[in-house]
Amino acid sequence: MGEPILRLRGLTKRFGGLTATDSVTLDVVEGEVHAVIGPNGAGKTTLVGQISGEIRPDRGRILFAGQSITRGPVHARALLGIARSFQITSVFLDFTVAANVALAVQAHAGHSFRFWRDAASDDALIEPAAEYLGLVGLSDRTDDVAATLSHGERRQLEIAMALATAPRLLLLDEPTAGMGGDESARMIDLLRSFKGRFTILLVEHDMDAVFALADRITVLDSGRILVSGPPDDIRADPAVRQAYLGDGDT
Amino acid sequence: MDWILLLEQCLNGLQLGILLFLLAAGLTLVFGIMDLVNLAHGSLYMMGAYFATTFAGWTDSFLLGALLALPAALLLGILVEVVALRTLYSRDHLDQVLATFGLILFFNELARIVWGPAGLDLPLPAFLETSVELLPGVPYPAYRIAIIVVGLVVAGGLYALVSHTRVGMLIRAGASNREMAGALGVDIQLLYTLVFGLGTVLAALAGLMAAPILTVQTGMGETILILAFVVIVIGGIGSIRGAFVAAVLIGLIDTVGRAFLADLLRLFLANQTAETAGPAMSSMLIYILMAAILAIRPQGLFPPRGR
Amino acid sequence: MRIPVGTAVAAGSIVALAIVPPITEALREPFYLGLCLRLMILAIAAISLNLILGFGNMVSFGHAAYMGIGAYVVGIGAFHAVEDGIDWLANGFLHVPLAIAASSLAALVIGAISIRTRGVYFIMITLAFGQMLYFVGVGLEVYGADDGLSLYMRSDFGDVLDINDNTRFYYLVLALLLATLYGTKRLVASRFGLVIRGARSNERRLAAIGIPVYRYKLVAFTVAGAICGVAGVLLANRTDFVSPDMMHWTRSGDLIIMVVLGGMGTLFGPLYGAAVLVLVEEFLSGVTEHWQIVFGPLLVLVAVYARGGIAGALRALERRRG
Repeated sequence: MGEPILRLRGLTKRFGGLTATDSVTLDVVEGEVHAVIGPNGAGKTTLVGQISGEIRPDRGRILFAGQSITRGPVHARALLGIARSFQITSVFLDFTVAANVALAVQAHAGHSFRFWRDAASDDALIEPAAEYLGLVGLSDRTDDVAATLSHGERRQLEIAMALATAPRLLLLDEPTAGMGGDESARMIDLLRSFKGRFTILLVEHDMDAVFALADRITVLDSGRILVSGPPDDIRADPAVRQAYLGDGDT
Repeated sequence: MDWILLLEQCLNGLQLGILLFLLAAGLTLVFGIMDLVNLAHGSLYMMGAYFATTFAGWTDSFLLGALLALPAALLLGILVEVVALRTLYSRDHLDQVLATFGLILFFNELARIVWGPAGLDLPLPAFLETSVELLPGVPYPAYRIAIIVVGLVVAGGLYALVSHTRVGMLIRAGASNREMAGALGVDIQLLYTLVFGLGTVLAALAGLMAAPILTVQTGMGETILILAFVVIVIGGIGSIRGAFVAAVLIGLIDTVGRAFLADLLRLFLANQTAETAGPAMSSMLIYILMAAILAIRPQGLFPPRGR
Repeated sequence: MRIPVGTAVAAGSIVALAIVPPITEALREPFYLGLCLRLMILAIAAISLNLILGFGNMVSFGHAAYMGIGAYVVGIGAFHAVEDGIDWLANGFLHVPLAIAASSLAALVIGAISIRTRGVYFIMITLAFGQMLYFVGVGLEVYGADDGLSLYMRSDFGDVLDINDNTRFYYLVLALLLATLYGTKRLVASRFGLVIRGARSNERRLAAIGIPVYRYKLVAFTVAGAICGVAGVLLANRTDFVSPDMMHWTRSGDLIIMVVLGGMGTLFGPLYGAAVLVLVEEFLSGVTEHWQIVFGPLLVLVAVYARGGIAGALRALERRRG
C-alpha cells in the first residue's frame, strides 16, 4: 500500500444543535477503494461536502497530497485532482453528452478565456471526451442531449466527467443510488475495473456494492467513526452488526 | 454642526425608515413564504395613497378615508393575487419579474386614466397639522410623529404575529415550505392569498401615510420600491427583523446624508465642488452602504436559517 | 433543400432592415428610418443583455445604466466641445473607446459585488446599482440634471463617416448590429461560451469539475456592459439627446422584456424582441395614449404562457413542419 493521499484530521461540522460530523479522522491511501458507510443521517454527505469544499468545517483539517485544503474553494480542489459525483446526478442537462465531458476536459486544459474558436470542433476537447465516454460505455450516445439519458446513463456520464478531470481521488457519493439491479451491477463492474488505477472514496448505501469494491471500510454513526478496517473485519465486528448491519442479516 | 437640525433630520430619517419598513415587510413576507418577487409592490403603495385620497374626498375626513382605503387595498391585493400572481409561484424569478413589471405598467396607466395625469394632494386634518415641542423651542410636526408611532405599533404587531401565531410559525419555518404547511393541515392557497393581502395592506398603509407629505401621483411607488429592495437585501430576504433594522438604517442614512453630506464635503473640498458633488454623492450613499454590507455578508445582516 | 423557418425569418429580418432606407426615402417617411434605427440600437443593447441573461442566467436588472454611461460620454463630450470650444471632445474615435472603458469599468465593479450573490439578491442588487447610476445622472446639475442634455453635434468621425447623414448612420448601425450578432455567435460557441452556458445549466457542477465560475461570469458581465455602452453611444447620436431617464430602471425592464419576448439564449431573439417592443409601442400608442393599460397585461400573459419567446415559437413551428 502507498502513501495516504487524503488525510482528514478531527473534521467537525455542526448544524445548529446537530453534530453532522464529529472529529472524523481518516486516511485514504493512494490506490485503494475506501468505502464510508453508515445509516441515514450518519454524516456521510456532510463529509463529502467538506472534502469537496462545498461545506466549510467548524474544526479540523483536510490534507490532500500533503497540502492543506481545509479552506480552499471547490474549483481549486477539483483542479488539485478531487473529482466527485453527486448523490443526485448532476450533469449539464441541456448540453450534449460530448459537450458535458468536453467541458470537464476544458476545465483542466488551462484557462477558458478563449472567445472565438468553436469549442464543439476543437479536437483538443473532442478527442479526449470521446475516449472517456468509451471508457464508461456511452460512445453510442455522444451526440444526444444529456436530458434524454436514462438515470443510469447519467451516472455513467458523471463518471466520465470525473475521469476527464484527471483525478487523483474519485469522490463518489452513492453512485448506485436509485438504480435498478441491472444498472447497479453494471456500475459496480465499471468501478471494479477502476480498482488499482484510481483512488476512490466511496460513500455508499448498497452493501453489495461496498463489499464487492472496498479495500477498506469506515463505518460512520451519528457523525462519529464507529470502526475502520478491511471488509472482513467490518463484517465480523459485533458493534457494526449491532448498530448498522442488523445482527444476523448478512 | 447644528444639533437641532440634526435631531430633526434624524426624526425625518426614522419616519422614512418606518415607511420603508412597512413596504419591505410585505415584500419580504411574500418572498419568504411564496418565493415570489413582486415588483408591483410599489404600485400597491401608490394605490393605497390614491384610495385614501379619494375616500377622504368623499367622506371629507382623513381618518375615514384612511380606514376605508385599507380594506379596499386588501380586496385589491386579493384580486391581484388570484387573477395574476397565483400561477407564478412555482415559476422562475424571471417570469415573476416580467409579469409584475407588466402589472406596474398597468397600474400606472390605470391611475392616470382614473385620477388624471396631474398629482393630487391629500390634506391633513386640523388636529394633525400641529407641532409638538420636542425640546423647548424645537417644534416638530405632529403628523410625522404619528407616522412613527403607527409604524412602531404595526411593527410590534407583526412581530407578535410572526412569533406567536400559527401563521407566524409557517413564516419562521422559512422558505416556501409547502410540505410542512401541508402537514399542519393548512390550506396553502388560502394562506398565500392572505399573506399577499397582508403585504398589500402594509404597502397601502405606507402609501396613505406618505400621501399628505408627498404628492399622490403615478410612479410614486417606484422610487420607494427600489429603496425597499435595498432594505430587504441588506436585512436578509425573508427576515422581518432584518427588514426593520435595515429600514431604519437606510431611512436615517439617506435623510441625514442628504442634509449634511454637502456640508461635510465642504470640509475637504472647494465650496463649488462640494456643492456639485453633494447631491450626486448623497444619493449614492445607501447603495455604497449596500455594497459594503454585501461584500462582507452576501446574504444580508439577518439571513433566514436554512437558505 | 428546405430552409428552416428560423433561418428564413432571421435572414428575412436582416434583408428587411437593409432595405429600409431606400423605402423610407421613396415614401418620404424619414420617421420610420429613425424608428428602425432606434430598433437596431436597442437590439444591440438587448443582445448584450442576452449574453448574460439568456446564456448565463444572470438576471441583470440594471443593464440600461451602461447604455446611459455610453450616452453620457457622447453628451458630455459634445457639451464641452460646444460650450468650451474643445473640439477634440466631440471626436467619435474618442467617444467609442471611452464609452467602452467607462461602461465596462462600471460593469466590472457592479458585477464584482453582485455576482457574489444569486437568485433574487442578484436581481435586486443589479436593480439598485442601476438606479444608483440613474440618481448620479439626476445629480449632475452641470449636465442638466433631470432634464438632460441636448446634443448640438453628433460624434465626429472626420472624413471616415459622416453620421449626420441619417442613411449613413443607419448603415453603420446595421453593420454594428451584424457584427454584434456574429460576435455573439462565436463567443457563445467558444470555450468561454461553453463555460457561461454551463453556469446557466448547472453552476454547482461547473465548480466541481474545477472551473472558477465567478471570474468567468464577471468577464461575461463586463463584456455585456461594454457592448451596451457602445449601444449608448449610438442612441445618444440617434436622439441627439441624453438624460438620466435612459438609465431609469424601467428602461432596464424594457431590455429584459425584449430578451424574454424574443427568446432567451437564442441568437436572434433579442432582435425580434426589440422589433416587437418598438413596433407594438408605436402601434398601440397610435391607437390610444393609454397603450400601457393593454401592454402591461400582455406582459403578464407572456410571462405565464409564452416561455420560449418568438424564437421558441419559430422552433416549435419548425418541429411541427418537420
